[in-house]
Amino acid sequence: MKTIFPIHRNLSQQLGFGLLTAMTLATVLPIIAVIAYIIVQGAPAISPEFLTRVPNNGMRNGGIMPAIVGTLYLTFGTAIFSVPLGVAAAIYLSEYAADTWLTRIIRIAIINLAGIPSVVYGLFGLGLFVLFLQFGTSILAASLTLSIMTLPVIISTSEEALRAVPQSFRTVSISLGATRWQTIRRIVLPEALPGIITGVILGLERAAGETAPILFTGAAFFLPRLPGSPFDATMALPYHLFVISTQIPEMPFQIQYGTALVLIAFVLGMNLIATVIRSRARARRQW
Amino acid sequence: MNKIVIENLTLQYTDGTESLRNINLGICEKAITVLFGPAGGGKSSLLRCLNRLNDMADVKFASGRILLDGIDILSPKTDVITLRRKVGMVFARPVVLPFSIRGNLTYGLEVMGEKRRSKLDQAVERSLKQAALWDEVKDRLDDQAIALSGGQQQRLCLARSLALEPEVILLDEPTSGLDPISTAKVEASLQELKKNYTVILVPHSVQQAARTADYAAFFLQGELIEYGQGKTLFTTPQDKRTENYVTGRFG
Repeated sequence: MKTIFPIHRNLSQQLGFGLLTAMTLATVLPIIAVIAYIIVQGAPAISPEFLTRVPNNGMRNGGIMPAIVGTLYLTFGTAIFSVPLGVAAAIYLSEYAADTWLTRIIRIAIINLAGIPSVVYGLFGLGLFVLFLQFGTSILAASLTLSIMTLPVIISTSEEALRAVPQSFRTVSISLGATRWQTIRRIVLPEALPGIITGVILGLERAAGETAPILFTGAAFFLPRLPGSPFDATMALPYHLFVISTQIPEMPFQIQYGTALVLIAFVLGMNLIATVIRSRARARRQW
Repeated sequence: MNKIVIENLTLQYTDGTESLRNINLGICEKAITVLFGPAGGGKSSLLRCLNRLNDMADVKFASGRILLDGIDILSPKTDVITLRRKVGMVFARPVVLPFSIRGNLTYGLEVMGEKRRSKLDQAVERSLKQAALWDEVKDRLDDQAIALSGGQQQRLCLARSLALEPEVILLDEPTSGLDPISTAKVEASLQELKKNYTVILVPHSVQQAARTADYAAFFLQGELIEYGQGKTLFTTPQDKRTENYVTGRFG
């Protein structure tokens, strides 16, 4: 018995590890497969012309430049509204708000906002920004809609980053005669900044890839020029991809996958930046 | 001459944990007063009242007065920022801010609005010398403070309080995490400092209390049991409970 038992345990241990490894691979493989497939199918389409030309011949030819620029505009516009608002809300919730029924309701609201389907945001944006505030189908209306959708992500990740800064830093700062705001500005915010930036990028990345919220609020089916003002509609990568995949007969396969590849590169690129910032900050962090 | 006079101070936290009951105590200027006793006796709470750091905690109930130079610091009219510059504090665990050594020392002055480099440099050198740390760090003031040893960090924290030129220094078990050599250095600094400052120390042991005290106050479960000169209190305590604690029968 003495000799058999350890072997038996060893075997079941290895089986367990093997199973877990297999399950982990099972989750990663589809992602790798999707990306690999898109690269293989889309790479031939990528060329300087594809990235810098406007579409022509019913979008079956030419490039996707207006959609790329449009997505940049929308991402930037979303950042302008959602970052200051989201970070300010996070600072309030983490540093100032007492634990009352009101702040509890705010927190619950934020969590639930994150769970609302994106098409509902689109409809809400149509009602509020496009029609009621008369911004029209525009970059402004789409950016505001995407901002509302992004806010919960930015608020909750920023709040988490702020709360991770040790309480003892705050106590020491206060004991040295600093005000609460001085403590936040000089110690808490700088220490939380990498975490906040990571959250912001992850939120914006989601906004950049969304189709439904911009569908009714700012996306143009076909616009062979760049938008001239925030009140113009714009093409955008995710919506363009939807259009050329479903709405246009005899669309060359390559262009569809080329567009998907550009979109994925954009989103993964943002993700990569967030990862680099996070790991650098973690290496430098003193607590 | 009393620097601080505590009158009928009573304090309760919302969760009912630690409290002070009707404390009356005068704290002599330019001397070391130790507040000692078993854990949960209210020493730290009292310390945190003296620079209103308790404002950050959940205090359910506070009454009585604390007079600093004759002025009640518990009054709502007190400017707590000015008070905290006057009454510096060193905590049990050294907490260095995520700055350089110099940055830690100048932080308090900078939030006060001091920008002149010469003033800041002066304060850095003076406070480090007072905390007996100057010789060890003078060549690497711009290094990150976290790189210092535990004992050096705690002396840096002491220096950081001293940089503000306070009048009173509160120390809450400042050597509890330190080795005997670092402890001796801190205690030696305190003996120097009491010539110019009013020092209030919560020691981490009875031995340290006896070693350092000019005056001593014994706290038990929120009450001040006995107060007197260090020499007499540790050799001939008046109260039975003080005697039992000092001689190690409980605690």
